[in-house]
Amino acid sequence: MWRRLTRGRLFDPDHPMPPGPFGSFVGLGILVALAVAISVPMYWMVVTAITPTGMTAKFPPDLFPADPTLRNLQEIVQRRHFWNWVANSTFMAVVLTLATLVLGSMAGYAFAKIPFKGSRPLFWLHIVAMMLPFEVILVPLFILVSRMGLVDTHAGLVVPLLASPFAVFLMKQFIQTLPTELMDSARIDGANEFQIYTLVVLPLIRAGLAFLGIITFVNTWNVFVWPLVVTRSAEMRTLQVGLALVREEVPLFYALHMAGAVIAAAPVILVFFAFQRYFLRGVTVGAVKG
Amino acid sequence: MTPSPATATATPRPPRTRRGRGPRRDLWGWFFIAPHLFVFALFVLLPVAFAVVLAFLDYRPMRVTWVGLDNFERVFRDELFGRALRNTTVFTAVVVTFWLGKALLIAYLIDPLAKGWQTFFKSAFYLPGVTSSIIISLIWLWIFNPSFGLLNAFIALFGLEPVSWLGSTRTALPSLMAMQIIMGGGSSIVLLSAAMSRIPRDLYEVAILDGASRGRVFGQVVVPLIQPTLLYLVVTGTINTFQVFESVYVMTQGGPQFATTTVVYRIYTTAFQRFDLGYASAQAIVLFAITMVLAAIQFRWLGRDVEY
Repeated sequence: MWRRLTRGRLFDPDHPMPPGPFGSFVGLGILVALAVAISVPMYWMVVTAITPTGMTAKFPPDLFPADPTLRNLQEIVQRRHFWNWVANSTFMAVVLTLATLVLGSMAGYAFAKIPFKGSRPLFWLHIVAMMLPFEVILVPLFILVSRMGLVDTHAGLVVPLLASPFAVFLMKQFIQTLPTELMDSARIDGANEFQIYTLVVLPLIRAGLAFLGIITFVNTWNVFVWPLVVTRSAEMRTLQVGLALVREEVPLFYALHMAGAVIAAAPVILVFFAFQRYFLRGVTVGAVKG
Repeated sequence: MTPSPATATATPRPPRTRRGRGPRRDLWGWFFIAPHLFVFALFVLLPVAFAVVLAFLDYRPMRVTWVGLDNFERVFRDELFGRALRNTTVFTAVVVTFWLGKALLIAYLIDPLAKGWQTFFKSAFYLPGVTSSIIISLIWLWIFNPSFGLLNAFIALFGLEPVSWLGSTRTALPSLMAMQIIMGGGSSIVLLSAAMSRIPRDLYEVAILDGASRGRVFGQVVVPLIQPTLLYLVVTGTINTFQVFESVYVMTQGGPQFATTTVVYRIYTTAFQRFDLGYASAQAIVLFAITMVLAAIQFRWLGRDVEY
Protein backbone atom coordinates (compact mmCIF):
# COMPACT_ATOMS: atom_id res chain seq x y z
CA MET A 1 0.00 0.00 0.00
CA TRP A 2 2.71 2.45 1.10
CA ARG A 3 4.92 1.37 -1.77
CA ARG A 4 2.17 1.95 -4.30
CA LEU A 5 1.36 5.37 -2.87
CA THR A 6 4.92 6.69 -2.90
CA ARG A 7 6.45 4.93 -5.91
CA GLY A 8 7.41 7.30 -8.66
CA ARG A 9 6.33 10.38 -6.77
CA LEU A 10 8.47 10.33 -3.68
CA PHE A 11 10.68 7.35 -4.41
CA ASP A 12 12.54 6.11 -7.45
CA PRO A 13 10.41 3.22 -8.83
CA ASP A 14 13.55 1.27 -9.82
CA HIS A 15 15.30 1.43 -6.47
CA PRO A 16 15.82 -2.08 -5.08
CA MET A 17 15.45 -1.12 -1.42
CA PRO A 18 12.94 1.70 -0.89
CA PRO A 19 12.24 2.27 2.81
CA GLY A 20 8.94 1.27 4.37
CA PRO A 21 6.51 3.76 5.97
CA PHE A 22 8.45 4.02 9.23
CA GLY A 23 11.85 4.28 7.55
CA SER A 24 10.54 6.92 5.15
CA PHE A 25 9.17 8.93 8.04
CA VAL A 26 12.44 8.85 9.98
CA GLY A 27 14.63 9.32 6.88
CA LEU A 28 12.70 12.28 5.55
CA GLY A 29 12.54 13.73 9.05
CA ILE A 30 16.32 13.65 9.31
CA LEU A 31 16.75 15.10 5.81
CA VAL A 32 14.34 17.96 6.45
CA ALA A 33 15.90 18.70 9.86
CA LEU A 34 19.41 18.89 8.37
CA ALA A 35 18.21 20.99 5.44
CA VAL A 36 16.58 23.40 7.89
CA ALA A 37 19.76 23.59 9.98
CA ILE A 38 21.72 24.62 6.90
CA SER A 39 19.06 27.07 5.71
CA VAL A 40 18.48 28.93 8.98
CA PRO A 41 21.77 30.89 8.76
CA MET A 42 21.01 31.89 5.17
CA TYR A 43 17.50 32.96 6.19
CA TRP A 44 18.90 34.85 9.14
CA MET A 45 21.29 36.76 6.89
CA VAL A 46 18.41 38.00 4.74
CA VAL A 47 16.15 38.79 7.69
CA THR A 48 18.82 40.75 9.55
CA ALA A 49 19.69 42.66 6.38
CA ILE A 50 16.15 44.09 6.27
CA THR A 51 15.80 44.64 10.02
CA PRO A 52 16.17 48.27 11.19
CA THR A 53 19.58 48.65 12.87
CA GLY A 54 18.06 49.56 16.23
CA MET A 55 15.96 46.39 16.27
CA THR A 56 18.96 44.03 16.08
CA ALA A 57 19.82 44.82 19.70
CA LYS A 58 16.78 42.98 20.96
CA PHE A 59 16.59 39.80 22.93
CA PRO A 60 15.07 37.46 21.98
CA PRO A 61 15.33 38.56 18.33
CA ASP A 62 12.30 38.78 16.02
CA LEU A 63 12.28 35.84 13.64
CA PHE A 64 10.65 38.10 11.11
CA PRO A 65 11.29 41.86 11.21
CA ALA A 66 8.25 43.78 12.44
CA ASP A 67 9.25 46.72 10.33
CA PRO A 68 11.30 45.60 7.28
CA THR A 69 13.48 48.26 5.69
CA LEU A 70 15.95 48.74 2.85
CA ARG A 71 17.97 51.28 4.84
CA ASN A 72 20.85 48.87 5.57
CA LEU A 73 21.25 48.02 1.91
CA GLN A 74 21.27 51.72 1.00
CA GLU A 75 23.78 52.40 3.73
CA ILE A 76 26.22 49.69 2.68
CA VAL A 77 26.20 50.65 -1.01
CA GLN A 78 26.81 54.27 -0.04
CA ARG A 79 29.90 53.46 1.99
CA ARG A 80 33.13 54.81 0.59
CA HIS A 81 34.62 52.63 -2.17
CA PHE A 82 31.81 50.06 -2.04
CA TRP A 83 31.29 50.22 -5.80
CA ASN A 84 35.05 49.97 -6.34
CA TRP A 85 34.97 46.68 -4.45
CA VAL A 86 32.10 45.39 -6.56
CA ALA A 87 33.90 46.48 -9.73
CA ASN A 88 37.18 44.84 -8.65
CA SER A 89 35.48 41.56 -7.74
CA THR A 90 33.58 41.56 -11.03
CA PHE A 91 36.73 42.34 -12.99
CA MET A 92 38.63 39.56 -11.25
CA ALA A 93 35.89 36.97 -11.68
CA VAL A 94 35.19 37.78 -15.35
CA VAL A 95 38.82 37.99 -16.50
CA LEU A 96 39.90 34.87 -14.62
CA THR A 97 36.90 32.89 -15.81
CA LEU A 98 37.53 33.69 -19.48
CA ALA A 99 41.29 33.14 -19.19
CA THR A 100 40.88 29.86 -17.34
CA LEU A 101 38.46 28.55 -19.97
CA VAL A 102 40.91 29.29 -22.78
CA LEU A 103 44.12 28.17 -21.07
CA GLY A 104 42.52 25.14 -19.42
CA SER A 105 40.77 23.78 -22.51
CA MET A 106 43.86 24.26 -24.70
CA ALA A 107 46.17 22.51 -22.26
CA GLY A 108 43.55 19.85 -21.55
CA TYR A 109 43.24 19.11 -25.26
CA ALA A 110 47.01 18.65 -25.57
CA PHE A 111 47.18 16.36 -22.55
CA ALA A 112 44.18 14.30 -23.65
CA LYS A 113 44.67 13.92 -27.37
CA ILE A 114 48.12 15.06 -28.53
CA PRO A 115 50.50 13.17 -26.25
CA PHE A 116 53.90 14.74 -26.83
CA LYS A 117 57.28 13.93 -25.37
CA GLY A 118 57.23 14.63 -21.66
CA SER A 119 53.49 15.21 -21.44
CA ARG A 120 52.89 12.42 -18.92
CA PRO A 121 55.29 13.61 -16.21
CA LEU A 122 54.09 17.15 -16.85
CA PHE A 123 50.52 16.04 -16.23
CA TRP A 124 51.54 14.35 -13.00
CA LEU A 125 53.10 17.60 -11.90
CA HIS A 126 49.64 19.14 -12.25
CA ILE A 127 48.10 16.48 -10.03
CA VAL A 128 50.69 17.20 -7.34
CA ALA A 129 50.13 20.94 -7.78
CA MET A 130 46.41 20.44 -7.12
CA MET A 131 47.29 19.16 -3.65
CA LEU A 132 49.67 22.02 -2.95
CA PRO A 133 48.34 24.31 -0.21
CA PHE A 134 48.15 27.86 -1.58
CA GLU A 135 49.88 29.11 1.58
CA VAL A 136 53.11 27.42 0.50
CA ILE A 137 53.43 29.74 -2.48
CA LEU A 138 51.67 32.71 -0.89
CA VAL A 139 54.82 34.42 0.45
CA PRO A 140 57.06 33.85 -2.62
CA LEU A 141 54.19 34.84 -4.89
CA PHE A 142 53.79 38.06 -2.94
CA ILE A 143 57.53 38.82 -3.22
CA LEU A 144 57.45 38.01 -6.95
CA VAL A 145 54.44 40.22 -7.58
CA SER A 146 55.88 43.10 -5.59
CA ARG A 147 59.17 42.81 -7.54
CA MET A 148 57.10 43.05 -10.71
CA GLY A 149 55.61 46.24 -9.31
CA LEU A 150 52.10 44.84 -9.35
CA VAL A 151 51.12 45.19 -5.68
CA ASP A 152 47.85 47.10 -5.32
CA THR A 153 47.05 46.92 -9.06
CA HIS A 154 44.36 45.13 -11.05
CA ALA A 155 47.00 43.06 -12.80
CA GLY A 156 48.40 42.00 -9.43
CA LEU A 157 44.95 40.78 -8.39
CA VAL A 158 44.48 38.62 -11.47
CA VAL A 159 47.77 37.51 -12.99
CA PRO A 160 49.06 35.13 -10.28
CA LEU A 161 45.75 33.25 -10.26
CA LEU A 162 45.83 32.52 -14.01
CA ALA A 163 47.51 29.15 -13.53
CA SER A 164 44.89 26.58 -12.60
CA PRO A 165 46.07 22.95 -12.52
CA PHE A 166 42.51 21.97 -11.64
CA ALA A 167 41.16 23.53 -14.84
CA VAL A 168 43.68 21.60 -16.93
CA PHE A 169 42.85 18.38 -15.12
CA LEU A 170 39.11 18.87 -15.50
CA MET A 171 39.34 19.74 -19.20
CA LYS A 172 41.53 16.71 -19.83
CA GLN A 173 38.91 14.52 -18.15
CA PHE A 174 36.18 15.88 -20.40
CA ILE A 175 38.16 15.84 -23.65
CA GLN A 176 39.41 12.31 -23.01
CA THR A 177 35.87 10.98 -23.35
CA LEU A 178 35.57 12.23 -26.94
CA PRO A 179 36.21 9.50 -29.53
CA THR A 180 39.61 9.93 -31.16
CA GLU A 181 38.16 8.76 -34.51
CA LEU A 182 36.28 12.05 -34.67
CA MET A 183 39.51 14.01 -34.67
CA ASP A 184 41.19 11.58 -37.03
CA SER A 185 38.44 11.99 -39.60
CA ALA A 186 38.64 15.78 -39.29
CA ARG A 187 42.36 15.44 -39.89
CA ILE A 188 41.75 13.39 -43.02
CA ASP A 189 39.44 16.14 -44.23
CA GLY A 190 42.43 18.45 -43.99
CA ALA A 191 41.75 20.25 -40.72
CA ASN A 192 44.78 21.28 -38.70
CA GLU A 193 44.99 20.81 -34.94
CA PHE A 194 43.81 24.32 -34.18
CA GLN A 195 40.72 23.89 -36.35
CA ILE A 196 40.03 20.56 -34.68
CA TYR A 197 40.25 22.27 -31.29
CA THR A 198 37.90 25.12 -32.15
CA LEU A 199 35.47 23.31 -34.49
CA VAL A 200 35.35 19.78 -33.10
CA VAL A 201 36.53 19.72 -29.49
CA LEU A 202 35.11 22.93 -28.02
CA PRO A 203 31.51 22.42 -29.25
CA LEU A 204 31.52 18.88 -27.87
CA ILE A 205 32.66 19.80 -24.37
CA ARG A 206 30.17 22.61 -23.87
CA ALA A 207 28.91 21.05 -20.63
CA GLY A 208 32.45 20.82 -19.30
CA LEU A 209 33.22 24.40 -20.26
CA ALA A 210 30.01 25.53 -18.60
CA PHE A 211 30.92 23.75 -15.40
CA LEU A 212 34.50 25.02 -15.37
CA GLY A 213 33.33 28.55 -16.14
CA ILE A 214 30.75 28.55 -13.37
CA ILE A 215 33.03 27.04 -10.76
CA THR A 216 35.85 29.45 -11.65
CA PHE A 217 33.51 32.42 -11.50
CA VAL A 218 32.21 31.40 -8.09
CA ASN A 219 35.66 30.61 -6.69
CA THR A 220 37.28 33.83 -7.89
CA TRP A 221 34.33 35.93 -6.74
CA ASN A 222 34.78 34.34 -3.31
CA VAL A 223 38.59 34.32 -3.12
CA PHE A 224 39.97 36.07 -0.06
CA VAL A 225 43.60 35.46 0.93
CA TRP A 226 45.29 36.66 -2.24
CA PRO A 227 43.32 39.93 -2.61
CA LEU A 228 43.85 40.50 1.11
CA VAL A 229 47.64 40.46 0.86
CA VAL A 230 48.11 41.99 -2.59
CA THR A 231 45.94 45.09 -2.12
CA ARG A 232 46.77 48.02 0.13
CA SER A 233 44.51 50.92 -0.64
CA ALA A 234 40.81 50.93 0.21
CA GLU A 235 39.71 51.39 -3.39
CA MET A 236 41.66 48.33 -4.62
CA ARG A 237 39.97 45.89 -2.23
CA THR A 238 37.57 43.25 -3.49
CA LEU A 239 34.09 42.81 -2.10
CA GLN A 240 35.10 39.94 0.20
CA VAL A 241 38.06 41.83 1.65
CA GLY A 242 36.02 45.03 1.83
CA LEU A 243 33.31 43.32 3.88
CA ALA A 244 35.89 41.97 6.31
CA LEU A 245 37.12 45.57 6.65
CA VAL A 246 33.62 46.93 7.24
CA ARG A 247 33.20 44.46 10.04
CA GLU A 248 36.49 45.65 11.62
CA GLU A 249 35.45 49.31 11.30
CA VAL A 250 31.93 48.95 12.67
CA PRO A 251 31.97 45.64 14.54
CA LEU A 252 28.52 45.97 16.10
CA PHE A 253 26.42 46.95 13.08
CA TYR A 254 25.31 43.44 12.28
CA ALA A 255 22.47 44.61 10.07
CA LEU A 256 25.02 46.40 7.91
CA HIS A 257 27.27 43.30 7.73
CA MET A 258 24.32 41.20 6.68
CA ALA A 259 23.27 43.73 4.03
CA GLY A 260 26.79 43.51 2.60
CA ALA A 261 26.70 39.74 2.82
CA VAL A 262 23.40 39.59 0.91
CA ILE A 263 24.85 41.71 -1.89
CA ALA A 264 28.06 39.64 -2.03
CA ALA A 265 26.17 36.34 -1.97
CA ALA A 266 23.51 37.29 -4.53
CA PRO A 267 25.58 36.82 -7.74
CA VAL A 268 26.88 33.36 -6.82
CA ILE A 269 23.50 32.19 -5.58
CA LEU A 270 21.89 33.36 -8.82
CA VAL A 271 24.58 31.60 -10.83
CA PHE A 272 24.06 28.48 -8.76
CA PHE A 273 20.33 28.31 -9.34
CA ALA A 274 20.64 29.22 -13.00
CA PHE A 275 23.21 26.49 -13.69
CA GLN A 276 22.33 23.98 -10.94
CA ARG A 277 22.34 21.13 -13.44
CA TYR A 278 25.95 21.72 -14.45
CA PHE A 279 27.03 22.17 -10.86
CA LEU A 280 25.64 18.94 -9.53
CA ARG A 281 26.83 16.88 -12.48
CA GLY A 282 30.22 18.54 -12.95
CA VAL A 283 31.30 17.96 -9.37
CA THR A 284 31.48 14.23 -10.03
CA VAL A 285 33.64 14.53 -13.15
CA GLY A 286 36.14 16.82 -11.49
CA ALA A 287 36.63 14.55 -8.53
CA VAL A 288 37.17 11.01 -9.76
CA LYS A 289 40.79 10.59 -10.61
CA GLY A 290 41.69 9.28 -14.04
CA MET B 1 38.65 2.67 -8.99
CA THR B 2 34.98 3.04 -9.78
CA PRO B 3 34.85 3.92 -13.45
CA SER B 4 33.08 7.24 -13.86
CA PRO B 5 31.47 8.03 -17.19
CA ALA B 6 34.39 10.34 -17.85
CA THR B 7 37.17 7.87 -17.30
CA ALA B 8 35.63 4.61 -18.42
CA THR B 9 36.15 5.16 -22.11
CA ALA B 10 39.60 6.57 -21.63
CA THR B 11 41.57 3.80 -20.01
CA PRO B 12 42.03 1.09 -22.65
CA ARG B 13 43.19 2.92 -25.75
CA PRO B 14 44.22 1.00 -28.89
CA PRO B 15 47.80 1.66 -30.00
CA ARG B 16 48.04 4.86 -31.99
CA THR B 17 48.42 4.71 -35.76
CA ARG B 18 51.63 5.85 -37.38
CA ARG B 19 50.09 8.95 -38.85
CA GLY B 20 49.86 11.77 -36.39
CA ARG B 21 52.97 10.88 -34.45
CA GLY B 22 56.28 12.63 -34.76
CA PRO B 23 57.82 16.03 -34.27
CA ARG B 24 55.03 17.95 -36.00
CA ARG B 25 52.41 16.69 -33.57
CA ASP B 26 54.76 17.28 -30.69
CA LEU B 27 54.96 20.86 -31.83
CA TRP B 28 51.16 21.13 -31.82
CA GLY B 29 51.14 19.68 -28.32
CA TRP B 30 53.51 22.35 -27.11
CA PHE B 31 51.52 24.99 -28.97
CA PHE B 32 48.37 24.14 -27.04
CA ILE B 33 50.07 23.87 -23.72
CA ALA B 34 52.40 26.85 -24.02
CA PRO B 35 50.10 29.63 -22.74
CA HIS B 36 49.11 27.65 -19.68
CA LEU B 37 52.62 26.35 -19.12
CA PHE B 38 54.00 29.87 -19.10
CA VAL B 39 51.75 31.04 -16.24
CA PHE B 40 52.05 27.68 -14.49
CA ALA B 41 55.85 27.87 -14.49
CA LEU B 42 55.92 31.52 -13.49
CA PHE B 43 53.24 31.50 -10.78
CA VAL B 44 53.33 27.94 -9.43
CA LEU B 45 56.64 26.18 -10.12
CA LEU B 46 58.88 29.21 -9.62
CA PRO B 47 57.20 30.20 -6.32
CA VAL B 48 57.47 26.61 -5.05
CA ALA B 49 61.21 26.60 -5.71
CA PHE B 50 61.47 30.07 -4.23
CA ALA B 51 59.51 28.95 -1.14
CA VAL B 52 62.10 26.27 -0.44
CA VAL B 53 65.00 28.72 -0.77
CA LEU B 54 63.16 31.30 1.28
CA ALA B 55 62.85 28.89 4.18
CA PHE B 56 66.64 28.98 4.57
CA LEU B 57 66.81 32.78 4.58
CA ASP B 58 66.17 35.49 7.09
CA TYR B 59 64.21 37.61 4.64
CA ARG B 60 63.50 41.09 6.01
CA PRO B 61 62.35 44.10 4.02
CA MET B 62 65.83 45.62 4.27
CA ARG B 63 68.27 42.74 4.47
CA VAL B 64 68.48 39.10 3.43
CA THR B 65 70.79 36.62 5.18
CA TRP B 66 71.34 32.87 4.78
CA VAL B 67 70.51 31.18 8.06
CA GLY B 68 70.57 27.51 7.09
CA LEU B 69 68.19 25.34 9.09
CA ASP B 70 67.56 28.00 11.75
CA ASN B 71 64.03 28.68 10.56
CA PHE B 72 63.08 25.02 10.78
CA GLU B 73 64.62 24.78 14.22
CA ARG B 74 62.52 27.75 15.22
CA VAL B 75 59.37 26.06 13.91
CA PHE B 76 59.93 23.08 16.18
CA ARG B 77 60.77 25.21 19.21
CA ASP B 78 57.92 27.67 18.57
CA GLU B 79 55.29 27.01 21.23
CA LEU B 80 52.70 29.01 19.37
CA PHE B 81 53.23 26.98 16.23
CA GLY B 82 52.82 23.82 18.29
CA ARG B 83 49.62 25.24 19.69
CA ALA B 84 48.42 26.12 16.21
CA LEU B 85 49.25 22.63 14.99
CA ARG B 86 47.30 21.05 17.85
CA ASN B 87 44.29 23.30 17.24
CA THR B 88 44.36 22.57 13.51
CA THR B 89 44.69 18.82 14.06
CA VAL B 90 41.74 18.69 16.44
CA PHE B 91 39.73 20.93 14.13
CA THR B 92 40.48 18.81 11.08
CA ALA B 93 39.92 15.45 12.74
CA VAL B 94 36.54 16.45 14.17
CA VAL B 95 35.29 18.40 11.16
CA VAL B 96 36.26 15.80 8.55
CA THR B 97 34.77 12.94 10.59
CA PHE B 98 31.44 14.67 11.13
CA TRP B 99 31.30 16.01 7.58
CA LEU B 100 31.73 12.56 6.16
CA GLY B 101 29.29 11.01 8.59
CA LYS B 102 26.73 13.64 7.69
CA ALA B 103 27.39 13.33 3.96
CA LEU B 104 27.17 9.54 4.10
CA LEU B 105 23.90 9.66 6.03
CA ILE B 106 22.33 12.20 3.69
CA ALA B 107 23.54 10.46 0.53
CA TYR B 108 22.13 7.15 1.80
CA LEU B 109 18.80 8.74 2.69
CA ILE B 110 18.33 10.50 -0.64
CA ASP B 111 19.44 7.49 -2.69
CA PRO B 112 15.97 5.87 -2.92
CA LEU B 113 14.20 9.19 -3.56
CA ALA B 114 12.79 10.13 -6.96
CA LYS B 115 15.06 12.25 -9.17
CA GLY B 116 13.32 15.56 -8.52
CA TRP B 117 13.52 15.23 -4.76
CA GLN B 118 17.16 14.17 -4.96
CA THR B 119 18.00 17.34 -6.88
CA PHE B 120 16.02 19.43 -4.42
CA PHE B 121 17.93 18.13 -1.41
CA LYS B 122 21.30 18.18 -3.16
CA SER B 123 20.78 21.83 -4.05
CA ALA B 124 19.71 22.71 -0.52
CA PHE B 125 22.85 21.15 0.92
CA TYR B 126 25.16 22.48 -1.78
CA LEU B 127 24.01 26.09 -1.58
CA PRO B 128 26.16 27.26 1.37
CA GLY B 129 29.12 25.79 -0.51
CA VAL B 130 28.93 28.50 -3.16
CA THR B 131 28.71 31.37 -0.69
CA SER B 132 32.11 32.59 0.42
CA SER B 133 33.58 31.66 3.77
CA ILE B 134 33.72 35.38 4.60
CA ILE B 135 29.95 35.64 4.23
CA ILE B 136 29.37 32.45 6.21
CA SER B 137 31.71 33.75 8.92
CA LEU B 138 29.93 37.11 9.11
CA ILE B 139 26.57 35.37 9.45
CA TRP B 140 27.79 33.08 12.23
CA LEU B 141 29.55 35.89 14.03
CA TRP B 142 26.10 37.38 14.36
CA ILE B 143 24.46 34.07 15.30
CA PHE B 144 27.13 33.51 18.00
CA ASN B 145 26.74 37.04 19.41
CA PRO B 146 26.60 36.63 23.22
CA SER B 147 23.96 39.31 23.87
CA PHE B 148 21.57 39.30 20.93
CA GLY B 149 22.58 36.26 18.90
CA LEU B 150 20.18 33.70 17.51
CA LEU B 151 21.93 30.76 19.14
CA ASN B 152 21.64 32.12 22.68
CA ALA B 153 17.98 32.94 22.01
CA PHE B 154 17.51 29.35 20.89
CA ILE B 155 19.14 27.78 23.95
CA ALA B 156 17.22 30.18 26.18
CA LEU B 157 14.07 28.33 25.08
CA PHE B 158 15.42 25.38 27.06
CA GLY B 159 16.20 27.57 30.02
CA LEU B 160 19.96 27.68 29.41
CA GLU B 161 22.13 30.63 30.31
CA PRO B 162 23.66 32.68 27.46
CA VAL B 163 27.12 31.50 26.40
CA SER B 164 29.98 33.65 25.12
CA TRP B 165 30.59 31.22 22.26
CA LEU B 166 33.63 32.80 20.66
CA GLY B 167 34.80 34.65 23.74
CA SER B 168 35.78 31.75 25.96
CA THR B 169 38.77 29.48 25.42
CA ARG B 170 36.61 26.45 26.12
CA THR B 171 33.95 27.04 23.47
CA ALA B 172 35.69 29.08 20.76
CA LEU B 173 37.25 26.24 18.77
CA PRO B 174 34.24 23.89 19.13
CA SER B 175 32.01 26.74 17.93
CA LEU B 176 34.08 27.16 14.79
CA MET B 177 34.02 23.41 14.24
CA ALA B 178 30.24 23.26 14.64
CA MET B 179 29.79 26.04 12.12
CA GLN B 180 32.03 24.27 9.63
CA ILE B 181 30.22 20.95 10.09
CA ILE B 182 26.75 22.44 9.69
CA MET B 183 27.55 24.53 6.63
CA GLY B 184 30.01 22.29 4.81
CA GLY B 185 30.07 19.00 2.99
CA GLY B 186 27.75 19.87 0.09
CA SER B 187 29.98 18.53 -2.63
CA SER B 188 30.70 15.35 -0.63
CA ILE B 189 26.98 14.65 -0.62
CA VAL B 190 26.77 15.06 -4.39
CA LEU B 191 29.81 12.83 -4.90
CA LEU B 192 28.70 10.09 -2.52
CA SER B 193 25.22 10.10 -3.94
CA ALA B 194 26.63 9.73 -7.46
CA ALA B 195 28.81 6.85 -6.27
CA MET B 196 25.82 5.13 -4.64
CA SER B 197 23.68 5.44 -7.74
CA ARG B 198 26.41 3.61 -9.69
CA ILE B 199 26.18 0.52 -7.47
CA PRO B 200 24.80 -2.30 -9.64
CA ARG B 201 21.19 -2.99 -8.66
CA ASP B 202 21.58 -6.76 -8.80
CA LEU B 203 24.07 -6.65 -5.94
CA TYR B 204 21.25 -5.37 -3.74
CA GLU B 205 18.94 -8.03 -5.04
CA VAL B 206 21.41 -10.81 -4.25
CA ALA B 207 21.82 -9.44 -0.74
CA ILE B 208 18.06 -9.18 -0.26
CA LEU B 209 17.57 -12.76 -1.49
CA ASP B 210 20.19 -13.84 1.03
CA GLY B 211 18.03 -12.25 3.68
CA ALA B 212 20.50 -9.54 4.65
CA SER B 213 19.20 -6.76 6.87
CA ARG B 214 19.36 -3.10 5.86
CA GLY B 215 22.30 -2.53 8.18
CA ARG B 216 24.22 -5.42 6.64
CA VAL B 217 23.49 -4.25 3.11
CA PHE B 218 24.76 -0.79 4.04
CA GLY B 219 27.88 -2.08 5.77
CA GLN B 220 28.79 -4.86 3.38
CA VAL B 221 27.46 -3.75 -0.01
CA VAL B 222 27.13 0.03 -0.06
CA VAL B 223 30.18 1.15 1.93
CA PRO B 224 32.75 -1.17 0.29
CA LEU B 225 31.55 -0.16 -3.17
CA ILE B 226 31.84 3.57 -2.53
CA GLN B 227 35.17 3.22 -0.74
CA PRO B 228 37.20 4.92 -3.50
CA THR B 229 34.97 7.99 -3.24
CA LEU B 230 35.20 7.91 0.55
CA LEU B 231 38.99 7.72 0.33
CA TYR B 232 39.06 10.63 -2.07
CA LEU B 233 36.84 12.68 0.25
CA VAL B 234 38.90 11.89 3.34
CA VAL B 235 42.14 12.88 1.63
CA THR B 236 40.91 16.08 -0.01
CA GLY B 237 38.80 16.99 3.01
CA THR B 238 41.81 16.67 5.30
CA ILE B 239 44.07 18.70 3.04
CA ASN B 240 41.49 21.45 2.62
CA THR B 241 40.37 21.61 6.22
CA PHE B 242 43.96 21.71 7.43
CA GLN B 243 44.21 25.06 5.67
CA VAL B 244 41.37 26.69 7.60
CA PHE B 245 41.96 30.43 7.68
CA GLU B 246 39.11 32.74 6.66
CA SER B 247 36.75 31.96 9.52
CA VAL B 248 39.57 32.44 12.05
CA TYR B 249 40.62 35.71 10.43
CA VAL B 250 37.10 37.15 10.47
CA MET B 251 35.64 35.65 13.64
CA THR B 252 38.30 35.27 16.31
CA GLN B 253 41.69 36.51 15.04
CA GLY B 254 43.13 33.38 16.60
CA GLY B 255 41.87 34.20 20.09
CA PRO B 256 40.91 34.10 22.85
CA GLN B 257 44.39 33.34 24.16
CA PHE B 258 45.36 31.52 20.95
CA ALA B 259 42.55 28.99 21.42
CA THR B 260 41.65 29.23 17.73
CA THR B 261 45.05 30.02 16.20
CA THR B 262 45.47 27.67 13.25
CA VAL B 263 48.59 26.88 11.25
CA VAL B 264 47.65 29.01 8.28
CA TYR B 265 46.55 31.89 10.49
CA ARG B 266 49.95 31.68 12.19
CA ILE B 267 51.71 31.69 8.81
CA TYR B 268 49.66 34.70 7.77
CA THR B 269 50.50 36.73 10.87
CA THR B 270 54.18 35.76 10.71
CA ALA B 271 54.42 36.86 7.09
CA PHE B 272 52.10 39.83 6.80
CA GLN B 273 51.96 41.32 10.26
CA ARG B 274 55.52 40.73 11.44
CA PHE B 275 57.10 40.52 7.96
CA ASP B 276 59.26 37.55 8.94
CA LEU B 277 58.96 36.08 5.46
CA GLY B 278 61.68 33.43 5.69
CA TYR B 279 60.27 32.00 8.88
CA ALA B 280 56.74 32.05 7.45
CA SER B 281 57.98 30.08 4.47
CA ALA B 282 59.56 27.45 6.72
CA GLN B 283 56.22 27.13 8.52
CA ALA B 284 54.41 26.75 5.20
CA ILE B 285 56.78 23.99 4.13
CA VAL B 286 56.24 22.16 7.39
CA LEU B 287 52.49 22.49 6.72
CA PHE B 288 52.94 21.02 3.24
CA ALA B 289 55.01 18.13 4.60
CA ILE B 290 52.37 17.38 7.23
CA THR B 291 49.53 17.37 4.69
CA MET B 292 51.50 15.07 2.39
CA VAL B 293 52.25 12.64 5.21
CA LEU B 294 48.59 12.66 6.27
CA ALA B 295 47.48 11.99 2.70
CA ALA B 296 49.98 9.14 2.37
CA ILE B 297 48.84 7.55 5.64
CA GLN B 298 45.20 7.80 4.62
CA PHE B 299 45.96 6.25 1.24
CA ARG B 300 47.72 3.31 2.85
CA TRP B 301 45.18 2.87 5.58
CA LEU B 302 41.97 3.35 3.66
CA GLY B 303 43.25 2.32 0.25
CA ARG B 304 44.08 -1.23 1.39
CA ASP B 305 41.31 -3.06 -0.38
CA VAL B 306 40.01 -0.46 -2.72
CA GLU B 307 40.55 -2.74 -5.70
CA TYR B 308 37.65 -5.06 -6.31
